[in-house]
Amino acid sequence: MQFSVRYIVLFSAAICVACAILVSSSAVSLYDMQQSNFAEFKQKNVLEAAGFIKPGEVVDPAKIEQMMSRVRPCLIDTKTGEIIGGDDGHAAAFDQQKAKRDPTTSFPVDKNAARVKRVPNRAQIFEVLAEDGSVEMVVLPVEGYGLWSTLLGFIALDAADLTTVRGLTFYDHKETPGLGGEVDNPRWKSLWPGRRVFGDDGSVAIEVIKGPAGPVADDPYRVDGLAGATITARGVSNMLLFWLGQEGFGPFLEKYATRIGAKEAA
Amino acid sequence: MADKKSEIVLDPLFNNNPIALQVLGICSALAVTTKLETTAVMCLAVIGVLVASNVTVSLLRNHIPPSIRIIVQLTVIASLVIITDQILKAYVYDISRQISVYVGLIITNCIIMGRAEAFAMQNGPVMSMLDGLGNGLGYSVILLGTGFLRELFGAGKIFGQTVLPLVTEGGWYVPNGLMVLSPGAFFIIGLFIWAIRTWKPAQIEED
Repeated sequence: MQFSVRYIVLFSAAICVACAILVSSSAVSLYDMQQSNFAEFKQKNVLEAAGFIKPGEVVDPAKIEQMMSRVRPCLIDTKTGEIIGGDDGHAAAFDQQKAKRDPTTSFPVDKNAARVKRVPNRAQIFEVLAEDGSVEMVVLPVEGYGLWSTLLGFIALDAADLTTVRGLTFYDHKETPGLGGEVDNPRWKSLWPGRRVFGDDGSVAIEVIKGPAGPVADDPYRVDGLAGATITARGVSNMLLFWLGQEGFGPFLEKYATRIGAKEAA
Repeated sequence: MADKKSEIVLDPLFNNNPIALQVLGICSALAVTTKLETTAVMCLAVIGVLVASNVTVSLLRNHIPPSIRIIVQLTVIASLVIITDQILKAYVYDISRQISVYVGLIITNCIIMGRAEAFAMQNGPVMSMLDGLGNGLGYSVILLGTGFLRELFGAGKIFGQTVLPLVTEGGWYVPNGLMVLSPGAFFIIGLFIWAIRTWKPAQIEED
């Protein structure tokens, strides 16, 4: 059968329109569900870093909501370390990854071991409240390069001294399963609570070493390495060094310490 | 007629398996088979896309101008894949995060376009649907087998449930690191091809 040029053009146009309608209607109709999945996923990770839920635990959304009532998202100015006004709704909806990519809402940083290229002007942190309403811990987002991918995670620090780790978790990475992917291993993550991130001189001292580290009490600044994943483990050290340092959350932690009256690590 | 239908569905399982005989769609077979859970979701996604694309192409087959048929097939397939990806993100968010880009790469899976071009362009929608189902199942058989072996020997688990307790968790099993890396899947698929061709010598290719 012969087809005229006119038919071919009209046919392709019709196919394009039909497919475009299908694709966009599916994207639009499922958008709300995807967004709520993503928000819930992120909340789960904050709660996991804070130690409220165990890794891999299935928690129903109602329980998450109840636990999230103890978590207060805040926006901070990364350069000055000041907390920016506390409109909760606005802080909760903040998209830090988007802010980081946009040149108007982020600034470039010098070459660093964590391979962080831009830091957002504003960052989203979470205050975790104790039953009596006082701040029990702060959860900070961290990210940095491992072997194959950027690892995105949260670290929870005790509000009493802002140096004792309460938990560490990664919610996105593409490291090798079984090797670097062991950053998700609950046993490895359980090595973190109780370690201290800042040394006596106030600089970042925490480090993932090669081989086993001692128990928390004797060896507070070092964490067991991951067998077969030296580079991923180094990536974890590097990202903590960067984000807890002066280019990351250093200014915030200093201001915050005086604000909540915690004794400074230094 | 009934015989022909069951033949269309069952033939691609072992006699004419898209992975083992035609060696198509290997890329995703390496990428998503470290765990059975992701493997199963990927298989369902491929079956869904394959059936839908075969039916769509078959319905359009007499109206598609031959000069632009490949690009029309690709447009249909790409749209179906994007819709599948959106559905996975909405309903099985955790798994869709793990198989992320590989769902998008179904577009380039040669099995899908191969079936559209080789079968759906010549046959009616019912037959094309069965052909899509059969080839999707053939793909799934190999993928699930690979995923089963990789998860079992690489992580000591089946569907996330511990079967062989690992040394690192206080058990006795030392996991095989090769299994969790992509080359492990190559070896397993190679062994599957060997097994199938020993069973059905007609598939052995002459040098």
